[in-house]
Amino acid sequence: MSIDALATLSNRTAVDFDTDATIDEARRQLEICNACRYCEGYCSVFPAMTLHRAFSDGEITQLANLCHNCRGCYYACQYTAPHEFDHNLPRALAEVRVESWERFIWPRGVATLFQKSGVALAGALAAGIVVILVMAYALRPESGEGFYAVISHTVMATLFTLTSFLPLAIISVGVWRYWRHVGGDRVTLKHLSDALVDAGRLKNLSGGAAEGCNYEKEDRYTMARRWAHQAVMWGFVLCFAATVSGTVLHYGFGIEAPYGPLTLPKIFGIPGGILMTIGGIGLIGLKLRAEKSLGAPAVWGGEMAFVLLLTATAATGLALYGATGTAGVRPLLIAHLGAVFALYLTLPYTKMVHVPFRFAALVRDAQTRKA
Amino acid sequence: MAQAPAELSAPFWDLIVVGGGNAALCAAIEAAEAGARVLVLEGAPKPYRGGNSRHTRNFRCMHQGPISVLTGAYGEEEYFHDLMLVTKGKTDEHLARMAIRTSESCLPWMEKHGVRFQPSLSGTLSLSRTNAFFLGGGKALVNAYYNTATDLGITVAYEAKVSHILIEDDTFRALRVTFGGKELEISGKAVVLASGGFQADLEWLARAWGPAARNFLIRGTPYNRGEVLKNMLDNGALSVGDPTQCHAVAIDGRAPKYDGGIATRLDCVPFSVVVNKHGQRFYNEGEDVWPKRYAIWGRLVAAQPDQVAYALIDAKSADLFMPSVFPAVKADSISELAQKMELPVEAVERTVAEFNRACRPGNFHPTELDSLATEGLEPAKTNWARPLDTAPYYGYSLRPGVTFTYLGLKVDDTARVSGANGRYTNVWAAGEMMAGSILGQGYLAGFGMTIGTVFGRTAGREAAAHVN
Repeated sequence: MSIDALATLSNRTAVDFDTDATIDEARRQLEICNACRYCEGYCSVFPAMTLHRAFSDGEITQLANLCHNCRGCYYACQYTAPHEFDHNLPRALAEVRVESWERFIWPRGVATLFQKSGVALAGALAAGIVVILVMAYALRPESGEGFYAVISHTVMATLFTLTSFLPLAIISVGVWRYWRHVGGDRVTLKHLSDALVDAGRLKNLSGGAAEGCNYEKEDRYTMARRWAHQAVMWGFVLCFAATVSGTVLHYGFGIEAPYGPLTLPKIFGIPGGILMTIGGIGLIGLKLRAEKSLGAPAVWGGEMAFVLLLTATAATGLALYGATGTAGVRPLLIAHLGAVFALYLTLPYTKMVHVPFRFAALVRDAQTRKA
Repeated sequence: MAQAPAELSAPFWDLIVVGGGNAALCAAIEAAEAGARVLVLEGAPKPYRGGNSRHTRNFRCMHQGPISVLTGAYGEEEYFHDLMLVTKGKTDEHLARMAIRTSESCLPWMEKHGVRFQPSLSGTLSLSRTNAFFLGGGKALVNAYYNTATDLGITVAYEAKVSHILIEDDTFRALRVTFGGKELEISGKAVVLASGGFQADLEWLARAWGPAARNFLIRGTPYNRGEVLKNMLDNGALSVGDPTQCHAVAIDGRAPKYDGGIATRLDCVPFSVVVNKHGQRFYNEGEDVWPKRYAIWGRLVAAQPDQVAYALIDAKSADLFMPSVFPAVKADSISELAQKMELPVEAVERTVAEFNRACRPGNFHPTELDSLATEGLEPAKTNWARPLDTAPYYGYSLRPGVTFTYLGLKVDDTARVSGANGRYTNVWAAGEMMAGSILGQGYLAGFGMTIGTVFGRTAGREAAAHVN
């Protein structure tokens, strides 16, 4: 199936979206921001905003995906309720952002299920564990060592190749449709490296004065969310590197898991798992303390379930390593693989899609940034 | 910080600060750091705390060389010269120079107490040498000061309305305050009055200005009603400034009655034909660049019937000024525009036709005085005069927006207030309540915050020294 054919499967057009109340509300607020401009120093949203006088749907979608929900602009705003302008830009952009993911990712509606309902995502996790459990018994290998005594490597590899390829294909198409919607140009290495640096440092969570967010302590700044998010992000990158290095060891050198402590999968995986677990717990705590009405309240439950799933994936992975050689391996492996399975399959329909969309928004921002 | 009424009146405070904006908080912080037990009485509810400071954006600061976000140097003489240009000499030179000199040490003090500055990014204001811009604007500054105040153990009471200042033998004794539905008498060893001007009291404005003032829009907080100022004047405190003067600019006529702030400004006048409700021009729209002249347009519009005017432009000029908060009325012809704006169609058409005929070819430079003037037209437009001839046409309504009033309390250079018998023993004032002493007329961007910070800090320090 060509990318175009897959894209047309989701046939909602930009014209349909024009009438959308969330876009119109964000447009109303951005026009007030553009006349005020007191917040220009906070993050990339405001300098990008000043490039326009009127905002197309695509420009609003781009600004929404550039917003990191740090909430600094909300607390600095002279026009928040009870003022009649009733400003709440972090929320307006959060709602546009979530809707843009739903709109660009095929098939429509699935995202609504997982983004809005933590119960659905917990169900996916339970289903993942059941699938792995059933396979562990039904397809129990004749022989095999370590993990592969529970599930054969072939089954594991086939399962996860399938469950990661399809979501990645769906996400790629979604991001490509986003790119067309926001009017993205040809991407150069400079754009990519600018975006990578911004993402790697989480520059847009620095609050403009390198003091962080106003996320969980109202108008006081803290670095907690930036650090917790960094831990999860870099932890995820390390875990990914662990998986890749494991694959290379397996196929390239015939060295099978479990790996010893001084092998690449463990050198990457253990710190990665620890970072992700600590960061995930941190994000959960912050999300509990933060004011719900400054995000998109409709997806709060789904977002919380997603962070829990991500944290559970990392934590069970760590526990599995800790349990090496004990009777705990079998249940922990099943739980861990079940979590990974649920995470992968729901990838396009959870908060996880903020990663590619935000990155695309950062690349687009690098393209439009004033010299 | 929702103290019970009894908790406010039971202790004997070292210092009571009346008001909750920039000057009030600077005074409270200085006094608390000197060890005083401080109560801040803010008349507004918490979401509206900070008075007009929540709408400000920057601080004008003298400096010998680059400092923080400020480039170059801005010396005392240049700063004072800039002040003389806008006030036309209506200033107390001694106090003005003290404010200017002290501003330099204020900037690091502000940073130390949580205020963050940003470089001027968008290039819309070329003030990166003279003015330091608050990151996030005035409300972010106010938030930083309230957090500092909380950390210092300062007690803040919101929705605390001061109705009377009890002064005996030139000495402040107590305040009468409405708080939490109760009338309280709160006593203290000293008081700093920093509760702003009276511009939100339309009746007072109407007494000073005439009935037209009821049609004025108030750009700032609805809580600056001048009760404390009035009570002090009734007490016999000496005043400065002209009660009939207020600083009024021309803003978008659709702005909220109160609290519209910066977003309601309209920068389109230099590129417009401006008419009154009868479709007649009444002043040279091209006299000077807008930031310098827009203050006079408040008075010009106030003098027109119903205190309203209409700026008309065409497609050529639509992108030459800062975006407006409300969209312009848009039409394909001048007559349609007049109709949509409920103006007399024939009169507007005639005015525009006459204006267009008086325009001459020449080079148009939107960012400088270009001398592209009309010929044989009364009143003339002496710069940026281009015919309105390119559809679509756009229109904005204009009304006077009051920023602040000039009448205030007379203070000396220690911020101490004077009564009929000389200085009061323990009464200080800061901010807009005494700004008229220095800024008798006109306005200099960022100077209100300079006065508030300098005199707020001075008042806090002096009051703390008095009680210690």
